[in-house]
Amino acid sequence: MDVSLIIFPGANCDKDTSLAIKHITGKHPKHVWYKETTLPKSDLVILPGGFSHGDYLRSGAIAAKAPIIKDLIKKSADGIYVLGICNGFQILTECGLLQGSLIKNNSLKFVSRNVRLRVIRNDTIFTSNFKENEDVNMPIAHHDGNFYIDDNSLKKIEEEGRVAFRYIENNAKHSPYNPNGSLNDIAGVYNENFKILGLMPHPERAIDKITGGDHGAKIFESMFHSLSQ
Amino acid sequence: MNKEDYIQHGLNEKEAEKLLEGLGREPTITEMGIYSVMWSEHCSYKSSRHWLKNLHTQGKQVIQGPGENAGVVDIGDGLAAVFKMESHNHPSFIEPYQGAATGVGGIMRDIFTMGARPIALLNSLRFGDINHKKTKYLLSGAVSGIGGYGNCVGVPTVAGEVGFDKSYNGNILVNAMCVGIANINKIFYSAASGIDNPVVYVGAKTGRDGIHGATMASGEFDKDSEKNRPTVQVGDPFTEKLLLEACLELMKEDAIIAIQDMGAAGLTSSAVEMASKGSVGIELCLDELPKREENLSAYEMMLSESQERMLMVLKPNKKKLAEEIFLKWGVDFSVIGKITDTKKIKVIYKDKVEANIPICSLADDAPMYVRPIKTRKVDKNLTPQKTNISFKEIILKILNSPNICSKKWVWEQYDRTIMANTIDKPGGNAGIVRIEGTDKALSLSCDVTPRYCHANAYEGAKQAVAECWRNIVSTGAKPIAITNCLNFGNPEKPIIMGDFVSTINGIRDASITLDFPVVSGNVSLYNETDSVAIKPTPTIGGLGIIEDLKNLSTIHTQKDGDIIILIGGNGKHLGRSIFREVIFNAEDGDAPSVNLNNELNNGNLILNLIKNKFVNSVHDISDGGLIVTIAEMIISSNIGAKITFQNNLINSTSDHEKLYEEMFGEDQSRYVITVSSDKVQDTINQCTKYDVSANIIGNVQKNNLEIDGLVTISNNELIDSYESVLPSMMNIK
Repeated sequence: MDVSLIIFPGANCDKDTSLAIKHITGKHPKHVWYKETTLPKSDLVILPGGFSHGDYLRSGAIAAKAPIIKDLIKKSADGIYVLGICNGFQILTECGLLQGSLIKNNSLKFVSRNVRLRVIRNDTIFTSNFKENEDVNMPIAHHDGNFYIDDNSLKKIEEEGRVAFRYIENNAKHSPYNPNGSLNDIAGVYNENFKILGLMPHPERAIDKITGGDHGAKIFESMFHSLSQ
Repeated sequence: MNKEDYIQHGLNEKEAEKLLEGLGREPTITEMGIYSVMWSEHCSYKSSRHWLKNLHTQGKQVIQGPGENAGVVDIGDGLAAVFKMESHNHPSFIEPYQGAATGVGGIMRDIFTMGARPIALLNSLRFGDINHKKTKYLLSGAVSGIGGYGNCVGVPTVAGEVGFDKSYNGNILVNAMCVGIANINKIFYSAASGIDNPVVYVGAKTGRDGIHGATMASGEFDKDSEKNRPTVQVGDPFTEKLLLEACLELMKEDAIIAIQDMGAAGLTSSAVEMASKGSVGIELCLDELPKREENLSAYEMMLSESQERMLMVLKPNKKKLAEEIFLKWGVDFSVIGKITDTKKIKVIYKDKVEANIPICSLADDAPMYVRPIKTRKVDKNLTPQKTNISFKEIILKILNSPNICSKKWVWEQYDRTIMANTIDKPGGNAGIVRIEGTDKALSLSCDVTPRYCHANAYEGAKQAVAECWRNIVSTGAKPIAITNCLNFGNPEKPIIMGDFVSTINGIRDASITLDFPVVSGNVSLYNETDSVAIKPTPTIGGLGIIEDLKNLSTIHTQKDGDIIILIGGNGKHLGRSIFREVIFNAEDGDAPSVNLNNELNNGNLILNLIKNKFVNSVHDISDGGLIVTIAEMIISSNIGAKITFQNNLINSTSDHEKLYEEMFGEDQSRYVITVSSDKVQDTINQCTKYDVSANIIGNVQKNNLEIDGLVTISNNELIDSYESVLPSMMNIK
């Protein structure tokens, strides 16, 4: 499996993501600087979390105009797989590869906590190692994670089964289980052909029991398992 | 130079005379400004310098003690931990978001300046009375600012403390600590050398923000303090992140001779410090300075405290390589001067010499005062108090009080898990961060109990060091070294200066006995408004090492049926306790005293028990005493406890005073541990070997806190009281 990781200035989850890939696959992904114009040969491209361009203007908005994104859009039309984590998800909605947008959390505050998630389907390359409707824990850390979209598009996403993860009840008191107010408790969505996934939680921070859980590892294992065949 | 000039620049008459003597002539306006900031309390430590040298700063673990950008300690495997704490109090009161944000930015630069990648942030915050009209605004702003900066740069905030007290109504405290990891052979220092070597400016452009920030932080506040808003710097964490990556990339090359970040007093202070440490001169040409706006004067450029800037002395043949790295990251790079043999700082702008001052006059010869001191009288008496409220209400009220309640509302706004190495979350004994690529971890904590320091500055300072040590020990880590942030009122008042000197003595005595030396620190004086001073607040930030991740301990891993053991004896001391503060609104009596030898011995016992895997969970006893300690363990794990006092106190419930002491006494050097029943005898044997008192006080049970015969409180009631305070205060839905 050839993995490329796009590095934007201000990205800060690139090292963690790189280490997670190395941990699961034994190999670091290729790092691609945002100013490049062509992606190297890749089965999967990951846009890591962080604050690309300081999140100035709007989270992900400036990165969406980066030279490398043009090639990403082209290659995704050719069928390459794409994963956007947190700020990467924001960039994917800003550049149009995913629908909807990620607006400010309804608390208007940054929120960092462990959330409980339901894995809605396990028949995509990103989730094949989960059970169907498996409940897992992963950390989130964001200011703009409130998934928003018009009613018709939301209905279509639901009908087509394109919700990847949903926030679910977790018994935490004095804080709502949905950490940001996202519509239908959406934490992650697919595009129409299930080859592009964007999610707010950070699977790369959940690959080791000692640092708070290893449920995120299954996403990397799923991709590795599916794409190495 | 007339009187109005030097008074406006924060100098007194004697200092003005000293200036003329050092310079040998009348100063230019730029020189006046340079003296003003270099001789400010904030930069010169003129009231504290004499006393700071009494601190204990030695130890075989110490690679670099105070005097550099940060302290450096050996943590084995060829790695060093680089750490420091710094205050950003005055600006945070005037503009809480930017003040706190740039406090975090500044302390991170101190760490990566030395070649270390920052891996953890901590902070210690003090606000006024929770009902004071400005508290909500200041709390909300400072917390957003800390998160806004640290989250964006991508360094986890792993521990900290938040306290409320009316003495901070007019002066909040924002103390930020950063810890980084470096290769032991790749530490960078600030002493300049090599005549004619290029002096290079990197980072953000210079603007007009923060001019006279250091001077502002060297005076008291009054009702007009808000007019100082323009002296507060504005942070840009995105640029900091780029600067961090560019600096660390350059540091892999053999290119940097000396490096210093531009913090308080900006370019002036960094240039003077580098030249002073290297006993050389420095010449700056301000025409080359990257500028944010037109028409900046030399005076403004020398005094600007614009953030995210660094000064470096480079090897001449590495200039091109360095420039390429900074350009790649989109960060300004400009050669703005050179090292000279004049031992003077010479500033040229538009072909005019704006300043030419002997370095020693600004640095070594800066004013130093041994101010008069008066020792505070300690009143040990407690005013007799009675209450009719039940034990249950007392416990819930204490958990619901601002200084005990959960600070989750605060720390959920900090990214705690980035870098994927955070092991224990805030709310535990200490923050635990794995060292990438090893089975080791750092254990980090910052602590101080100002109500103790106010009663008895010496004992309070000892206690701050001891509590920090104890928190680190409770995680199973060997404590290594500390940094500190000494926050006080106006040093020209003998009682404040007396507190300061007693504090230094307390820190010194504790750090000698505990082998917990001070390797870096900062002093913040004049935390006063309209002549009302803050309580003495010597914040201690400590670092310890967990040698093997398999041997760490937390407060929430107890198991149903575990036996609960109190280590270190029964509580007796209620002076200055949370119990009396919350229930009687009383601030009386003496601070609890710390027997440092007992502290060391009890701590060593705990480390031994953790290493031998006898214990399932450990929590030190601090604010609120035994019952709060147990309640925190229950809240953290949602597993209850049944407590039985052995000495039949319950049967003589008329003797409430004695029960209060046992339940809420804040005697020091104590821990609560939980042990599986098959390990109890081994544990007791170890305690006997160490000659430490160990009382079996109960057992872990599922759903509630039951204190035999007195009270039963469900876990949910405890959690509700503990968790609801800040969300309801800050109006969270």
